[in-house]
Amino acid sequence: MRITQGTFSFLPDLTDEQIKRQVKYCLDNGWAVSLEYTDDPHPRNTYWEMYGQPMFDLRDPAGLMMDLEECRKTYPKHYIRVTAFDSTHQWETPRLSFIVNRPPEEPGFRLKRQEQEGRKVRYTIDSYASDQPEGQRY
Amino acid sequence: MAQTIQNDKRYEAGVIPYKKMGYWEPDYQPIDTDIIALFRITPQPGVDPEEAAAAVAGESSTATWTVVWTDRLTACEKYRAKAYRVDQVPGNEEQYFAYIAYDIQLFEPGSIANLTASIIGNVFGFKAVKALRLEDMRIPTAYMTTYKGPPTGIVVERERLDKFGRPLLGATTKPKLGLSGRNYGRVVYEALKGGLDFVKDDENINSQPFMHWRDRFLYVMEAVNKATAATGEVKGHYLNVTAATMEEMYERAEFAKELGSCIIMIDLVIGYTAIQSMSNWARKNDMILHLHRAGHSTYTRQKNHGVSFRVISKWMRMAGVDHIHAGTVVGKLEGDPNQIAGFYDVLREPHNEQNLEHGVFFDQDWAGLNKCMPVASGGIHAGQMHQLLHYLGEDTILQFGGGTIGHPDGIQAGATANRVALEAMIMARNEGRDYMAEGPDILQKAAKDCKPLQHALDTWKDITFDYTSTDTPDFVPSTTTSV
Repeated sequence: MRITQGTFSFLPDLTDEQIKRQVKYCLDNGWAVSLEYTDDPHPRNTYWEMYGQPMFDLRDPAGLMMDLEECRKTYPKHYIRVTAFDSTHQWETPRLSFIVNRPPEEPGFRLKRQEQEGRKVRYTIDSYASDQPEGQRY
Repeated sequence: MAQTIQNDKRYEAGVIPYKKMGYWEPDYQPIDTDIIALFRITPQPGVDPEEAAAAVAGESSTATWTVVWTDRLTACEKYRAKAYRVDQVPGNEEQYFAYIAYDIQLFEPGSIANLTASIIGNVFGFKAVKALRLEDMRIPTAYMTTYKGPPTGIVVERERLDKFGRPLLGATTKPKLGLSGRNYGRVVYEALKGGLDFVKDDENINSQPFMHWRDRFLYVMEAVNKATAATGEVKGHYLNVTAATMEEMYERAEFAKELGSCIIMIDLVIGYTAIQSMSNWARKNDMILHLHRAGHSTYTRQKNHGVSFRVISKWMRMAGVDHIHAGTVVGKLEGDPNQIAGFYDVLREPHNEQNLEHGVFFDQDWAGLNKCMPVASGGIHAGQMHQLLHYLGEDTILQFGGGTIGHPDGIQAGATANRVALEAMIMARNEGRDYMAEGPDILQKAAKDCKPLQHALDTWKDITFDYTSTDTPDFVPSTTTSV
């Protein structure tokens, strides 16, 4: 399967040139870009690990691309995403977030059903990969 | 010049024109805390437009048809609404824009029912006017802050769903009526797995003989959870809890919550008070609240009579819904691009500037109320993606019902086509391309990697709904020579 979180997951994986153009769009909007990585892509796993802090003073997309290269070297089989933060009043939230690295094999999620009274079912979603300890999942 | 009769003569028994009773005050300067209503008035032949405006002011505030001495027991000058400006509608000799100011203390805090009972309560059937339309309202900050607004809002909804930087995608399950719960859930699963974020009950899906509400909720949540596991994305389905009574709606909403749904839905026809109650419930239970504007066209569509949808948008943002259907521009339902831009601004912006071309007559500050997500639904398809993005922007939900379920290769393919078209268009826009001009080309290129998109483009390439709108702005930009 292919996890389709993030803004561009239905398109072919972005080339570095394409990533750069998206980062430029974020910087032109005055947003701070950041890199985050994880090997636990559960849809409710909000807090991926931060690869450094959001780059508040970055002006050139090349800065993020350098960090991305390092991050990919350190975590070649992790999910890595670019997230852009907008500090404008009444936004103050991510405005764009897209995956820029993913493991070669994505085993996906198990849906667990716990039957309850009155035909109700309690659902839980588990990543197959997260059966392994952190760092050994992909 | 005020024509109000002064002192003792004002209260002699009998009938005097509204204009002379104190409801026409051309010198009045509205104060910051006044609520201002702008009406489009078509007076009966022979009725002076200022008298008609005064009559509307009178009947929507303190007056009745004759003089009453009991006025003198009150600070009646304060409570009288004041018509203070009447302009002829550009290019229309029959119609006038009347501005009426209301003192804030005429209204109960935080009650749309009370606000509307005054402003649209009696006056629309008034004999002295042939037709009447409420075009816009200015809500002062002092009154705005008595409303809680959308329980979730655009920012928090996106954070909860973990979806940023693009419109959300939805679809309404079709056929609207007749599917069993089991078959209904099939449509939901296919559409979500294929790439949509939301599927939706239609306005008239409640609890009918072919599908009872509990059955629908159970099958739908199976579909939602299965699709979430299949994609690793947060998914949802607007479970319509509209019912005959509040008790029944609360019961359905509680059940949706127990099943883990992130969103419920109500119809506009349940009424303003019920909407505010459901908004309170949604706020208490971390639930996104979707509103289908069922019924609105009966009073929003005709330009001479009724209530503009811009006003309904304002009331619904104040009443507190997170989503509201607000037009597509290019789809099958009524919608002039400029008018719709005005509705979307009213729903989404923290502050509206007067913009007559978009039909926005007043500056309006939203006093920190959350933003409401406009929903575009009805006769739209992947081939229009560049136009949809251009007209409606990024913070909207694009709902492709037929455009998903009617896809020649099936529902999943239909959903995938829409998602790929959307992501390709967002990418192009962010790269600074002229996506409106290059739109068809961008879609064709994206279709090279996505057969379902190619088939969608082939199937619906010539489908447009090009009819003249009935609800259009009265002001057009004038050409000025630059010096």
